[in-house]
Amino acid sequence: MFRNGSSRQRSDDGADGTAQREAGAAEGSKLGRLLRSGVLFSEGLLPEGATGPRAHPLVRFFVRWVRRPLLPVLRLWRRNIQLRVVAATLLMSLVVVLLLGIVVIGQVRNGLLDAKEKTAQSQASGGFAAAQEMADSAGSGRSGGSSSGAHAGVGSQNTGTWLNNLVEQLASGGQGVYSVVALGSSSGDSPFIDNGSATAARGPRASGDIRPEESIPSNLRKALDEEPGTHQRYARVYRQDGGSTAGLVIGKRLNDGRGGAYQLYYVFPFTLEEESLNLVKGTLATAGVFVAVLFGAIAWLVVRQVVTPVRMAAGISERLAAGRLQERMKVTGEDDIARLGESFNKMAQNLQLKIQQLEELSRMQRRFVSDVSHELRTPLTTVRMAADLIHEAREDFDPATARSAELLLGQLDRFESLLGDLLEISRFDAGAANLEADPIDLRDVVRRVVEGCEPLAERYGSRLLVCGDERPVVAEADSRRVERVLRNLVDNAIEHGEGRDIVVRLASGGGAVAVAVRDYGVGLKRNQVDRVFNRFWRADPARARTTGGTGLGLSIAVEDARLHGGWLQAWGEPGGGSQFRLTLPSTAGDTLRSSPLSLEPADSSRRRGLSASSAARSGTASARRDPKSLSAGGDTSGSRAERAADGGAVTAEPDDGATTALLPEDGAEGTGGGVRSAEGAVKGEGSDGS
Amino acid sequence: MKGRVLVVDDDTALAEMLGIVLRGEGFEPSFVSDGDKALAAFRETKPDLVLLDLMLPGRDGIEVCRLIRAESGVPVVMLTAKTDTVDVVVGLESGADDYIVKPFKPKELVARIRARLRRSDEPAPEQLAIGDLVIDVAGHSVKRDGQSIALTPLEFDLLVALARKPWQVFTREVLLEQVWGYRHAADTRLVNVHVQRLRSKVERDPERPEIVVTVRGVGYKAGPS
Repeated sequence: MFRNGSSRQRSDDGADGTAQREAGAAEGSKLGRLLRSGVLFSEGLLPEGATGPRAHPLVRFFVRWVRRPLLPVLRLWRRNIQLRVVAATLLMSLVVVLLLGIVVIGQVRNGLLDAKEKTAQSQASGGFAAAQEMADSAGSGRSGGSSSGAHAGVGSQNTGTWLNNLVEQLASGGQGVYSVVALGSSSGDSPFIDNGSATAARGPRASGDIRPEESIPSNLRKALDEEPGTHQRYARVYRQDGGSTAGLVIGKRLNDGRGGAYQLYYVFPFTLEEESLNLVKGTLATAGVFVAVLFGAIAWLVVRQVVTPVRMAAGISERLAAGRLQERMKVTGEDDIARLGESFNKMAQNLQLKIQQLEELSRMQRRFVSDVSHELRTPLTTVRMAADLIHEAREDFDPATARSAELLLGQLDRFESLLGDLLEISRFDAGAANLEADPIDLRDVVRRVVEGCEPLAERYGSRLLVCGDERPVVAEADSRRVERVLRNLVDNAIEHGEGRDIVVRLASGGGAVAVAVRDYGVGLKRNQVDRVFNRFWRADPARARTTGGTGLGLSIAVEDARLHGGWLQAWGEPGGGSQFRLTLPSTAGDTLRSSPLSLEPADSSRRRGLSASSAARSGTASARRDPKSLSAGGDTSGSRAERAADGGAVTAEPDDGATTALLPEDGAEGTGGGVRSAEGAVKGEGSDGS
Repeated sequence: MKGRVLVVDDDTALAEMLGIVLRGEGFEPSFVSDGDKALAAFRETKPDLVLLDLMLPGRDGIEVCRLIRAESGVPVVMLTAKTDTVDVVVGLESGADDYIVKPFKPKELVARIRARLRRSDEPAPEQLAIGDLVIDVAGHSVKRDGQSIALTPLEFDLLVALARKPWQVFTREVLLEQVWGYRHAADTRLVNVHVQRLRSKVERDPERPEIVVTVRGVGYKAGPS
């Protein structure tokens, strides 16, 4: 009677509309059930599926709105690996639990439905058989009587009663497990419908409290009309009180006793099954949340085990870096973390040892320097005093002895300054030099230096000119060191200035102060500029030494400048003289970016050549680099090319043609010295500076 | 001119040479070569000035200086071969009035000694006030509320120099010239250290000086009276 295969197949084909309406996108009933269960489950926990795409711009807005107050949290998220791992574990275990839940619930649901379906089918087929029997017996009982049209009203009345009885009778075995619905067949020859009989006879009948019209899907009714046999559909069963449950509807077209067709449905609401399923869902959800949280806690504990030593190592290495060399990690056990700790400690140990060795070495060197200083200086003092005494009394000596006394004193001076310079240099090398920066006015320093150097300049026939001392030139600097540097520069300028004027320029601006010492002497060649700050370097070894410099002066000056965070740079051209520029930051500790004075003086042969030839063409390369014109003191014209000089890319040759062509006359007019070419007109950034 | 000078130096050659130079300049030198004996020699000879080598066998020069300063304000000039700030400052803080770096020229040494001895030559009756202090220049005393404050001669000179021209800001260089007798600018640490020591004696709160006020970037001046 019950043709399982074909009806199932058909019901599957026709179920699409219902299934879609109820559960989303379901094709087959099994898949539909699976998905439906999944969607049902997920409705409780995840607002995804249908709501997802619609909420997308909203989510974006939400993220943006929420982001701002969450920034500290985000930072914590980025910085805290433990948080990330725990969160990832939580998320992943949630996903796993969710998938697991969907599968388990699908299985349970399928099992429940299969069992329900089987019992339902057997119950329904039993019911249909019973109904058919009753119809047959009723039909034979009544066949003799009312068959004429006059009895039609009474007959239908009877049929209605009979159907009522039938439904009640059939439903009495259901006890809430199922309800029975009887509907008129829509096909023409039905006793329910024909000849416009009373509504009571044609109306649907239902046991229990279900609403038959809504609960029986229309496609099922159509299928029943079109084809004989048993049909079934999953459908939503609506109760009289407005509630609804999913359910299985099995229907069959039957004939009443008089050959009229009617449709008899067995409706099985899944009330119990849904309860069981909900119980399973609830249990699974609870268990899932517990498992996820447990996983998170486990991850937290596990990560903590790894992260704690790593954090400790980070903290300790920070403290090591800050100079607390005795810091060590605590090592327990023999695992990988312990190995990390051990090797870390070994590293720290070696580091500490090395640093201590170096410190010891440095201390020893300083000590040595100090001791040598004392040991050498004490006898030197005695010699010095003795020589002075002898020198005082030289008039009483014969000329040879008197001259000897003079030489003795002179060379003692030289010896002294050499010793002093050596000690100074070794102090720099040992890192023992320290800066005592006070705000000083460089004009005072320059004045003192110029006063001090005046006698020497007179001897050489040079004049010392100072420019740019109209306004204070104040910087935080060690006046002793600055004075030493400047005295050295001026001494050098006088010594190599060949009796021409020496110009000392001062300027301040742009967070820096500068002093440039310009001479118009023999000048420097390009390769000499780089080496002028080397220790014991001499511009021309064959040149007679007259002032008795030690050869360390400029090296010490560079060190002094560097100690200030300043620059000492040289420029020179053969025959055109040279310029040394000291640039110091106005505030001690600041970083220099530019100098208020140009390194290459405005009266260099190249510059004059350039301005004479084509001012428009010449300045461009460097002017682009330094559009702002720095002006303070006497020099406003020269800030362009110096940028090029500072950058180390000086352009003496690129402008060659015009420059060299114009050089001779310009050079002759300016310096009187034989300017041959511009090739030496080059920057010299010593070893210092940037 | 009187001038008993005690030379404390372990280098006999240098000591002898110093003796020759000092005698040539009219001082009366006496010698001691051991730091441990220096104090006894000091008490015995009662010098007007002490020339003290920083590195000595036995007690070192700094310790000797401290002991001398503890019982007398006699000028102490240190001879040192070290020019490192730490060495110099430690020496000055132990109480030395001045220091001279080896190798020095005899004239330089004599000039320093004379500068230290000079002040006692010309006492002029003069009363000065600086802050709540009263200075009796001739009587060599400084009093606050009748309580006299003990100062070394150098500290006294420094205070007097400032108090004589309370309207003027003294640069360290000017002070070096006026108080120490340097003709050329020398080490301004000398001034800093002595100002600190003076403040520790005369100020109510050395952290917030009211008598000797720092003018930032320039120097020092006397506080308002």
